[in-house]
Amino acid sequence: MLTARQVCTFYLDKQMYGVDVQSVQEVIRYQEMTEIPLAPDSVVGLINLRGQIVTAIDLRRRLGLPCRADTELPMNVVVQSDDGAISLLVDQIGDVQEIDIDNFESPPETLQGASRRMIRGAYKMKDRLLLILDTERAMNVALLDD
Amino acid sequence: MIEDDELLKDFVIESQEHLASVETQLLELESSTDCIDVAKVNNVFRAIHSIKGVAGFLNLKTLESLAHREEEVLNRLRNHEVRPTSQVINTLLRASDCIKGLLESITTSNEQDVSEHIHALESLLKNPNNLIVSQVQSTTDDSDSCVAITPNESNTSVPAKAVNPEVIRDFLIESYDSLEQLEYSLVTLEQTPQDSELLNAVFRTIHTLKGSSGFLGYGKLESLAHATENLLSDLRNGTCTFDQAIGTALFAAIDLIRKHLESIETESTEGDFCADDVIKRLGALSASGNSATAVRANSPSATAIPAAPKRSTSINRPVAVPKPKQEQHAVVPNAKVAPVDGDSKSSTESTTASSAAAESTIRVDVALLDKLMTRVGELVLSRNQILQFACSLGNSDLQSASQHLNLITTELQEGVMKTRMQPIGNVWSKFPRLVRDLASICGKSVRIEMEGKETELDKTIIEAIKDPLTHLVRNNVDHGIEKPEVRVAAGKPAEGCLTLRAYHEGGQVNIEISDDGGGLNLDRIKSKAIEKGLITVEHAGRLSDREASQLIFLPGFSTAEKVSNVSGRGVGMDVVKTNIEKIGGTVDLQSREGQGTSVKIKIPLTLAIIPALIITNNGNRFAIPQVNLLELVRLELADAEKSIERIQGAPVYRLRGRLLPLVYLSQVLQSKANGPSTSDCINIVVLRVDDRQFGLVVDRINDTEEIVVKPMGKQLKGVPVFAGATIMGDGKVALILDVLGIAHLSNVLSKDRNRAHTDSTSRAKEAGLDNQTLLVLGTGNNRRLALPISQVARLEKIPLESIEYTDNQEVVQYRGTILPLIRLAKHFGIKDTETPVDGLLNVVVYRENDCNYGLVVHRVIDIVEAACEISRSSQRKGLLGSAIIHGHVTDLVDLPAVIKQLVTKTKITSKVCY
Repeated sequence: MLTARQVCTFYLDKQMYGVDVQSVQEVIRYQEMTEIPLAPDSVVGLINLRGQIVTAIDLRRRLGLPCRADTELPMNVVVQSDDGAISLLVDQIGDVQEIDIDNFESPPETLQGASRRMIRGAYKMKDRLLLILDTERAMNVALLDD
Repeated sequence: MIEDDELLKDFVIESQEHLASVETQLLELESSTDCIDVAKVNNVFRAIHSIKGVAGFLNLKTLESLAHREEEVLNRLRNHEVRPTSQVINTLLRASDCIKGLLESITTSNEQDVSEHIHALESLLKNPNNLIVSQVQSTTDDSDSCVAITPNESNTSVPAKAVNPEVIRDFLIESYDSLEQLEYSLVTLEQTPQDSELLNAVFRTIHTLKGSSGFLGYGKLESLAHATENLLSDLRNGTCTFDQAIGTALFAAIDLIRKHLESIETESTEGDFCADDVIKRLGALSASGNSATAVRANSPSATAIPAAPKRSTSINRPVAVPKPKQEQHAVVPNAKVAPVDGDSKSSTESTTASSAAAESTIRVDVALLDKLMTRVGELVLSRNQILQFACSLGNSDLQSASQHLNLITTELQEGVMKTRMQPIGNVWSKFPRLVRDLASICGKSVRIEMEGKETELDKTIIEAIKDPLTHLVRNNVDHGIEKPEVRVAAGKPAEGCLTLRAYHEGGQVNIEISDDGGGLNLDRIKSKAIEKGLITVEHAGRLSDREASQLIFLPGFSTAEKVSNVSGRGVGMDVVKTNIEKIGGTVDLQSREGQGTSVKIKIPLTLAIIPALIITNNGNRFAIPQVNLLELVRLELADAEKSIERIQGAPVYRLRGRLLPLVYLSQVLQSKANGPSTSDCINIVVLRVDDRQFGLVVDRINDTEEIVVKPMGKQLKGVPVFAGATIMGDGKVALILDVLGIAHLSNVLSKDRNRAHTDSTSRAKEAGLDNQTLLVLGTGNNRRLALPISQVARLEKIPLESIEYTDNQEVVQYRGTILPLIRLAKHFGIKDTETPVDGLLNVVVYRENDCNYGLVVHRVIDIVEAACEISRSSQRKGLLGSAIIHGHVTDLVDLPAVIKQLVTKTKITSKVCY
């Protein structure tokens, strides 16, 4: 399952999510984006990250969550992939959390739709659940954009 | 001593590299006295052995004998017969230092005294403290008996696995490189068997390969290389001469060696290929030369004696040993050599030169260069921003500093670009072999000539053109060049000639591949195309020769009667074309019946930076690669209503009388309009894709710029209309439009490519005189003249009173130069008494050899696109002939001829122009 014990957490629609901290290259503020006509819905634009062109994927759209208000600017979680860096747009950034592997559970069968395949499981924290995102699947827009 | 400076220099560089690693590895060995790290000892051994081998070959006796002694100690170390005590390591280190010293003064190395080190090394082996096993033979002073001791053991006792994978990788890279070079050299050798220098180089390469594979424990490879080496050695002695049989055998050996290398690469062991045949063949060839070598060659099992090549080298080299005195030194390596007063000045000079050369080349990972390139791109952007700030702030210090930054950044960018450039010769080097093999399969005789091998191209492009070029070369040999008997019957030399030419032209690289063969058989091409249903019969009848020759680029086309294993499957030329076009290049084919075919490829220097037109649509900027761009048309909104017509809803625009299909970028991108368009005009970007033209309607046209092309992530691979992205001067990202993708998406280009060929007019530009865009001019008496629009620089109206005279020649001042005027009517003896009513002369400006000429005509009638068959050729100089254009008899002007006449008549030279 998840080998790393540390996850970088962030929020989407008030729910806490996390990705393996090893895969995160950096977290940056909202950047101006160039929109891409004809691109899949969740691919919202291209960002110039110090000379490197990074594709931005809006995780809200990706997970089928309601769109954020126009006044709210998303944050960029830049993660590394085989295909270069990808930016995941999230609402807010949380702390890096230490994870106890015993408290991990796979997503329940009742969780259906696009998000099921992108969520590896949930960590039961004291007061809330931390959903672990499968970044590879989240980035592979061809996989689930149907 | 040794004439070949280049060889010496290479050797010094190589050896210094070897020695650099020797020192650290020896020190590490010393720290682990108890267990010997065999891999490390092997590395050191290999380094020293290479030095020894080459030194022997280059007749550097002193160096050779020292390296030999050191190697001997290392060999014992490797076989666990000697312990790496500090005394042993010290002596080895000092010996290595001495070798270093010898290398630095390589030209006088033979005169130096190294006996102290040699004795030290020898005494090591006699000192029982250093020995582990007692049965080791005591060393004798006779070097030959030392040599024969252990190498076969070493091959078995040191399996390849024990060797650092890095070392194996290096070995593979080196060997692949040298094999490629080897093939090229062998082909050259076939032409010039007397070239002893080249033969030496070949020998040396094989020898190195043999040595390296031996020490890495690749026995099969070694025995193969050994057999090859023997044959080469005989060639060098002159006991046999290079002929085709030998060449073929050597090539076979090289192929087998390559197979082994590939298997080492993929499966990390030697392949299971049977080398006996090849070795026997090599042996037999060598045996036919002399008996002494035959013995060696016929017993390839006695392979791994590393000193054997050295022995044969020193014995069998009557040519390379100019002084018999030194031959004596070779026999008695321990003998003290009295220092000879050489030309000390020249020796120091060459020392500095060689050590400088040693530091002048390094191997760099391409990924690192790519990263550097990206960083430089960022730097360029930051620079642009700083320049803008500096200008707006108006601080002169800041401005001068930013100017400096500007300059340095540009230079840096150019420098980094250059690091990625490679000579095209790297791709070509495999062609001589390819041509040779193909020719012998096809029973033809073909010579290959190369021009401009040093022409440089970006590495990515080099990779991209490798396959298309190979294909073209194959085609030329298989289809282009005729069999010898056919050639002789046609009055041509039996040997065909394939010429590869590369040169820079206008920021692009041109590559020409031409043969002197039979040319294309156009009738057969046409009938084949009809047979395959690629074109219709009546269409075939209308094709010009040029158009017919382009048919071979259609997918699925092949005229070969039978599919050979060389080519003729009909998947060739269209793939070549697509691949070249993919990197923004063009392919053009010219053929003359009976005289040969020539394929000309034009490709950009680099893919990383391309010129592009920047446009704005819906507030977003896009880049359109300049390659696809033909022209820009701007329509005032008022006219636009009228001039854009619709055929069943499909918008078209009449561009010089032809219907240009229009595509609206907003529609293609399905972008929601941000309110009504504010612009007061319509901008049409006329683009060419394949053989079609279409107009892309955009909101605004900004500028042309050089852009850095960056790839897009895989998330966007499914979007067909973008070719990539780039970063603009303000740091924002702009998308690069893929013109081909847009054409497909908007159905400009139907999947069925055949239709393109019914549209013959679109190719008028390239189609030569029989189908051209012409400027039709009127002179007195209703006579019409026409000239190709491509020759016209500008149309001007010049007031009569501005005409001045120089040397009886009418001239006007034009853009700061003197423009000679030619009255076309007068030139052709047409009565042209009418003076223009408005006092303005119609002048057609024509440019040739950096000089402008003005042709005065009565009026400019029209620009027409016409397939004008010259129906009556003219005897008159300056006229190509007459044709019927749009119902009028029109004379076609041969402008270059007119200018030539004028220049010779009035002696207007380019000097007068300025």
